[in-house]
Amino acid sequence: MRLDVILRVISKLLLPFMLVFALYVQFHGDYGPGGGFQAGVIVAAAVILYAIMFGLDAALEAVPVRVVEIMVPLGVLIYAGVGVASLLLGANFLDYDVLGHDHHHAQELGVMLVEIGVLVSVSGTMLAIFYAFAGRGR
Amino acid sequence: MIEALINMVLLTLLAAIMIGVVRLRNLFAVVILSSAYSFIIATVLIVLDAVDVAMTEAAVGAGISTVLMLAVLFLTKTEEQKPKHSPALPLFVATVTGIALIYGTLDLPAFGVPDQPIHTHVGAYYLEKSVEETGIPNVVSSVLASYRGFDTLGETTVVFTAGIGVLLLLRRNRRRNGKNGETS
Amino acid sequence: MDFLQTVVSHYNQWIAVFLMVSGLYIVVARGNMVKKLVGLNLFQTSVYLLYISPGKILGGTPPILAAEFAVYSNPLPHVLILTAIVVGVATLSLGLGLVVRINEAFGTIEEEELFARDPEA
Repeated sequence: MRLDVILRVISKLLLPFMLVFALYVQFHGDYGPGGGFQAGVIVAAAVILYAIMFGLDAALEAVPVRVVEIMVPLGVLIYAGVGVASLLLGANFLDYDVLGHDHHHAQELGVMLVEIGVLVSVSGTMLAIFYAFAGRGR
Repeated sequence: MIEALINMVLLTLLAAIMIGVVRLRNLFAVVILSSAYSFIIATVLIVLDAVDVAMTEAAVGAGISTVLMLAVLFLTKTEEQKPKHSPALPLFVATVTGIALIYGTLDLPAFGVPDQPIHTHVGAYYLEKSVEETGIPNVVSSVLASYRGFDTLGETTVVFTAGIGVLLLLRRNRRRNGKNGETS
Repeated sequence: MDFLQTVVSHYNQWIAVFLMVSGLYIVVARGNMVKKLVGLNLFQTSVYLLYISPGKILGGTPPILAAEFAVYSNPLPHVLILTAIVVGVATLSLGLGLVVRINEAFGTIEEEELFARDPEA
């Protein structure tokens, strides 16, 4: 445990940058490569790195299982909720045009909300799967 | 031309790694090789202009699935047994399938040429109308989330369902754990 | 010269076919379940290659629209494969979960030993 001090320090330094990069990938996805899937996987990878370097218990304290297991269905709910919202506003399912006053704004708002749903669901699922496998080893 | 050359070199590397994966029996080496394979295929995808897909493959294939497979190796064994059956029949089936498929590819359009059927229908439409209709310059994002939002909803649901399945299979039940250890 | 041209224009498809049949061979010939899943995973990546290759236009750029570029590769296969990758890792993890449970129930992940130990097989 004493020998991996370099790994620990470096990964501790890397973690905030990984999370910020995930946010960049998420919200810059309309203009560059990226989107909800990529950002979700990067968030999950950051937490997994933390769990590998500092132990599963530390990771469970930072991101508890309860939170992760709520995130799994929450993402799908956000996504489908955008569809239902556009239904209630009088358009077709997942037709974003009615979400805002301006055509382009409405489309971008709809895409952003949907991508957030994807982010939450994908990162939650990947972490839940990792916790399930890691928990079996104890 | 240089694009095609880089592409061919990387693809040859992929084939070499694949031969290594088929021949090795140490599963740890196999998992690490498949991680390297994912990185190389991500590079190939960048050469093929699929930057979004390359980013996903590098994060998912080389990151998450490698971690999960290593976790499974930790829980099981890392050495594969010698196969008891002769590999002649599967080798024959694979060879015949391969020859039939390669015969089929001879009629497909050549690599990289612009005038082929795939570029005529909705693909061209998305490229032309994406900025006008959605205001999003990254066409992959606009198709994924707006034009084909239904697909992505279904796909998110599949991820959700698989996550639930893994939790049902692997999660230890906290309440019953105290009594008898493993319930199932 | 003619043959060389055929090789260059179909190299992507041939490598995809080779990766596909190698994956198929691993799935059929090897008894270890983790190895089978790795084979299945590699089989799947060959399909990514097969889908993305025809969308490429030599000299084109990635489909992120900008004023300086006119030729873009086809975005449609990218979208399909993007979702396929994430679904792929989700199903792979489900398979790995089954492997872990099989190992706990039977103490082995080799196909032959499983058949020998399961009284109903």
